[in-house]
Amino acid sequence: MLQASGVSKSFDGRAVLSGINLDLGPGEIVAVVGRSGCGKSTLLRLLAGLEQVSGGCITLAGQRLAGLNPATRLMFQDACLLPWRTVLQNVVLAAPWPDSIKTAREALSRVGLLDRAQDWPAALSGGQRQRVALARALASNAPLILLDEPLGALDALTRLEMQSLIEELWLEKQFGGLLITHDVEEAVALADRVLVMENGRFTLDLSVRMPRPRLRGESEFVTLKERLLTHLLGY
Amino acid sequence: MKLSRYLIVRLVPWIVPLLLLAGWQWAVTSGPTPAAVIKAGWRLTRSHELPIHLWESFKRAMIGLAIGGGLGLSLGFINGLSAWANRFFDSSIQMLRNVPHLALIPLVITWFGIGEQGKEFLILLGVLFPLYINTLHGIRSIDPKLIEMGRVYGLGRWRLFRQIVWPGALPSILVGLRYALGIMWLTLIVAETIASDNGIGFMITNARDFLQLDVVVLGILLYAILGKLADVFARLLERRLLRWNPAYRHA
Repeated sequence: MLQASGVSKSFDGRAVLSGINLDLGPGEIVAVVGRSGCGKSTLLRLLAGLEQVSGGCITLAGQRLAGLNPATRLMFQDACLLPWRTVLQNVVLAAPWPDSIKTAREALSRVGLLDRAQDWPAALSGGQRQRVALARALASNAPLILLDEPLGALDALTRLEMQSLIEELWLEKQFGGLLITHDVEEAVALADRVLVMENGRFTLDLSVRMPRPRLRGESEFVTLKERLLTHLLGY
Repeated sequence: MKLSRYLIVRLVPWIVPLLLLAGWQWAVTSGPTPAAVIKAGWRLTRSHELPIHLWESFKRAMIGLAIGGGLGLSLGFINGLSAWANRFFDSSIQMLRNVPHLALIPLVITWFGIGEQGKEFLILLGVLFPLYINTLHGIRSIDPKLIEMGRVYGLGRWRLFRQIVWPGALPSILVGLRYALGIMWLTLIVAETIASDNGIGFMITNARDFLQLDVVVLGILLYAILGKLADVFARLLERRLLRWNPAYRHA
């Protein structure tokens, strides 16, 4: 559905991405792992249409992408909620007319925060804020969700909870997604495909065909995780 | 227990003014006592002079604030949202801003005479710049990630403004408003004292000529009260509009 072919991007002559090929379909989660500064966030911004490619092209359903991508919604490490709008209003903002309030309430109840609908974001914890951001992405009904280290700032337990929430929602709604992360375990737990990015290009492409929900102690899980870590650390 | 604590918290700010008042009444050997000032206020209210002067001053202040504030706000938004407009206007505005507006009084009298427009124009000039600068600063201080988020979620220009730019700039705009209110009274005093035939400033100047010191003090007190009322009004606005911000909730 969303395709990148031969995409490259450079800032002031410095190449950040080169020769990137990627195909995102509905119902598939692709994870991109890599060290900080390897270009993975830039790829996500290109796919969202927040930046323009320097070479190659990105197509959405066969059409060349120009400007913002209407099929994608983003979730960042920071929840980016409007502090001056209530939790519900923040989600309503993203939901399509004319049922926006109903859709927003459903999304909030799906992430378990309907009882906080009238609160200000400042009254929520970091994990709750991130759940509101997730509800906002859900309410928009976009077929593709781009996640840029969405759980990076959360504590370990909250992160695990969020991961299983994302997995549940994914099983339920079958949206497609790109998950940017530096947490190898998170990638293996959530993704159908894990790509490793180094210096602006993909250097490893692994399919993960384990049934969900995935247990972190399973031998296949551990093997995949070790393989990715070994590759990333360059042993 | 709770009620008495509430009362004490409410009453504490009044202790100093009341002590000052008592000290004043007790210490006066020449000039008006508080009792004389209150009497003068009562006399002037009965003769309808005081309400008329108050109303004229208030009207002037509000017209100047509305026009100057509106201009400052609009220019702030235009320059905050358009880099080209900012390039075009900002340096000129900054230049004008550094002229003390009260220095223009001789010019203003020549242009407008001693009628209403001159005074309103001075107030307009006084309140324009604090609102302009704070609006501009408010827009600059909005987290660009929020704007980006808004764009990703498909908000058009108008909704971006309604949902993100306006509420984001509002805390700073209200700071500008409080500044502007202070300058508004200051300008009003000077303008009314120099050239006027009504208003509190005129009342004071007139009373000085007849050596009615109680009326002079009354006028000064009225300015203090009006200034305080304006500030209370601005604070109420802040508390209402910035409810979302924990810093303003208990202010």
